[in-house]
Amino acid sequence: MDLLRFATAGSVDDGKSTLIGRLLLDSKAIFEDQLEAVEATSEAKGYDYTDLALLTDGLRSEREQGITIDVAYRYFATPNRKFIIADTPGHVQYTRNMVTGASTADLGLVLVDARQGLTEQSRRHAVILSLLRVPHLVLAVNKMDLVDYDQAVYDAIYAEFTSFATKLNIPDLEVIPISALQGDNVVERSTNMGWYSGPTLMHHLEHVHVASDRDLVDARFPVQYVIRPKSDDFHDYRGYAGRIAGGVLKPGDEVVVLPSGMTSTIEAIDVFNTEIAEAFPPMSVTLRLADDVDVSRGDMIARVNNAPTPSQDIDAMICWMTNEPLRPRQKLAIKHTTRTGRALVKDVQYRLDVNTLHRDQESKELGLNEIGRVQLRTTVPLLCDPYSKNRTTGSFILIDEATGVTVGAGMING
Amino acid sequence: MTATHADYRLSQLDELEAESIHIFREVAAEFEKPVLMFSGGKDSIVMMRLAEKAFYPAKIPFPVLQVDTGYDFPEVLATRDNWVNRLGVRLIVAGVEQAIKDGIVVDDGKTSRNRLQIGTLLNAIEDNGFTAAFGGGRRDEEKARAKERVYSHRDEFGQWDPKNQRPELWSLYNGRLHEGEHMRIFPISNWTELDIWDYIGREGIEIPSIYFSHTRRVFERDGMLLTESEHNPCRDGEVAAERTVRFRTVGDLTLTGCVESTASTIPEIIDEVAVARVTERGATRGDDRFSEAAMEDRKKEGYF
Repeated sequence: MDLLRFATAGSVDDGKSTLIGRLLLDSKAIFEDQLEAVEATSEAKGYDYTDLALLTDGLRSEREQGITIDVAYRYFATPNRKFIIADTPGHVQYTRNMVTGASTADLGLVLVDARQGLTEQSRRHAVILSLLRVPHLVLAVNKMDLVDYDQAVYDAIYAEFTSFATKLNIPDLEVIPISALQGDNVVERSTNMGWYSGPTLMHHLEHVHVASDRDLVDARFPVQYVIRPKSDDFHDYRGYAGRIAGGVLKPGDEVVVLPSGMTSTIEAIDVFNTEIAEAFPPMSVTLRLADDVDVSRGDMIARVNNAPTPSQDIDAMICWMTNEPLRPRQKLAIKHTTRTGRALVKDVQYRLDVNTLHRDQESKELGLNEIGRVQLRTTVPLLCDPYSKNRTTGSFILIDEATGVTVGAGMING
Repeated sequence: MTATHADYRLSQLDELEAESIHIFREVAAEFEKPVLMFSGGKDSIVMMRLAEKAFYPAKIPFPVLQVDTGYDFPEVLATRDNWVNRLGVRLIVAGVEQAIKDGIVVDDGKTSRNRLQIGTLLNAIEDNGFTAAFGGGRRDEEKARAKERVYSHRDEFGQWDPKNQRPELWSLYNGRLHEGEHMRIFPISNWTELDIWDYIGREGIEIPSIYFSHTRRVFERDGMLLTESEHNPCRDGEVAAERTVRFRTVGDLTLTGCVESTASTIPEIIDEVAVARVTERGATRGDDRFSEAAMEDRKKEGYF
């Protein structure tokens, strides 16, 4: 059994909660007491149906307002796969929450209402998933029951979306006609849409191939922590602990430590008390090197002939997450892999309209939930790759030094 | 973990383990004074195992804190001691009884021990100057938890503000704190109850015997089977009888119910959990049944 993380976006109107409720119910991830609590609340509110949105709206304020504000994580499993859903709100004022949910997703699920076709909101969701380089996208054309399961409706949405998608980076797209309410093509194949020969949603989620999304060529190992037991049994043990961010590392590999540029050879790779033959993303391992070189947290171990170039000038797309706007000359803390430093905003090149992809070059600041292209100068060199090549070594967060709050998410261009 | 992977894929347990170990190392590197909150229950035992693996062959570089309600199961305390001794970590016990004596919390006879743990815990964190406290909370447990971050900020009163949480992206955790604040860390956020059992089975690690089927004198109260004990005598109309039971969670024994079960091995427990139709907290935790937002309210105040 492996793991698939997917992000969903949308509002109650799109039937997102109904769809998630159905996936959870059909995979038996909802328990009787949870369902009973939701049924009781629905009844108390005077609804004549069970509002499955109540299952995911976990916070008191969300239930009071009847809206999803924050990212909720939900879990279910089939015999083939375990799934983690990052369920995010769809409205434009919650773009930062959707960016958060998409940052760890292997697959993005966008819902459209078959009666309405593509809306500004569905386009925006696709743009954000593409910016965050979520490698697989599913467009679920929902409420097919309300358009008499008409193939022409599906075909029109399919054509419109694929034409729009050519402007985005979507390596893998699947457009699935469903009815979340009736269950068509969610888990069971629909008997109402003989014209559709593709997979059901659940079949696609269970079988989409995600292992090849990881970069197995460019070895990247950000050093997290140095393990030195200094015990009698392990007197000379010195291990560099971290999580493989890219590539495959093996004992005997020649490596370079950045930023110092010192070289050595991997003597062994430990996972707990076992030496392993190779390490690949996203494994947490401990490397031992043959030579006594100086390595500490924030350094990166890479291959001698394939290492990132240290840089203090960073060109990135930034999603801004706080009320006070991002402006040139602003100073912030930056965290990139295991490295922390400070960053100065040199320039806001443009603000991206996530609905139209228009680049507004007049705007020299980014407000809450806005995304734009920004130039930064950092106090320490970052050992980075383009985000399009590696989502771990290509991403960073910005922190307000006064409040300590995470205020921005960055994806490095290149 | 096997030595080679022909297709470079990790199983879901290996991926969850790698994520949790990354979190443990991140906290050890970035926080001055972390502590692991250890109840002796299965989730905190899995945390101990992950911490053991994260720093091996070095010892776990932080102490372990247990909040003793005074009503803990003796089997759980025995398992706690075995773990602490085997790993050679320092154990700090913060007792609710002592906190009552010291006037830190007030036992009015109506408030549950579970709730009195909040003040006891916050006091222990403050007294010791801990800046990060690992907890075994999982997001599948309860819907307020479903929205909690891995790094969950607490203000100088130990309170959680669910509406004002820091965004948490990729695996880049923000550990910034002001004086007097601390961070709750949830390294097993993404594990489900079934993952926990699969992992305990795979690792072959010790858990308290009360998780396995045994005979016990119990009585029924509010639809739960509770242990008869000096702290928890039968009330009028309640009759204790010997039954074959096991516990799905461990906590204050006056509030933690058991279920009738003959599951005496990990695979049998997994079979039982896989077909269970009621959540572990809904079934057996009196503390979560008071209202739909019981957990959210306790968490805001500083609960685990």
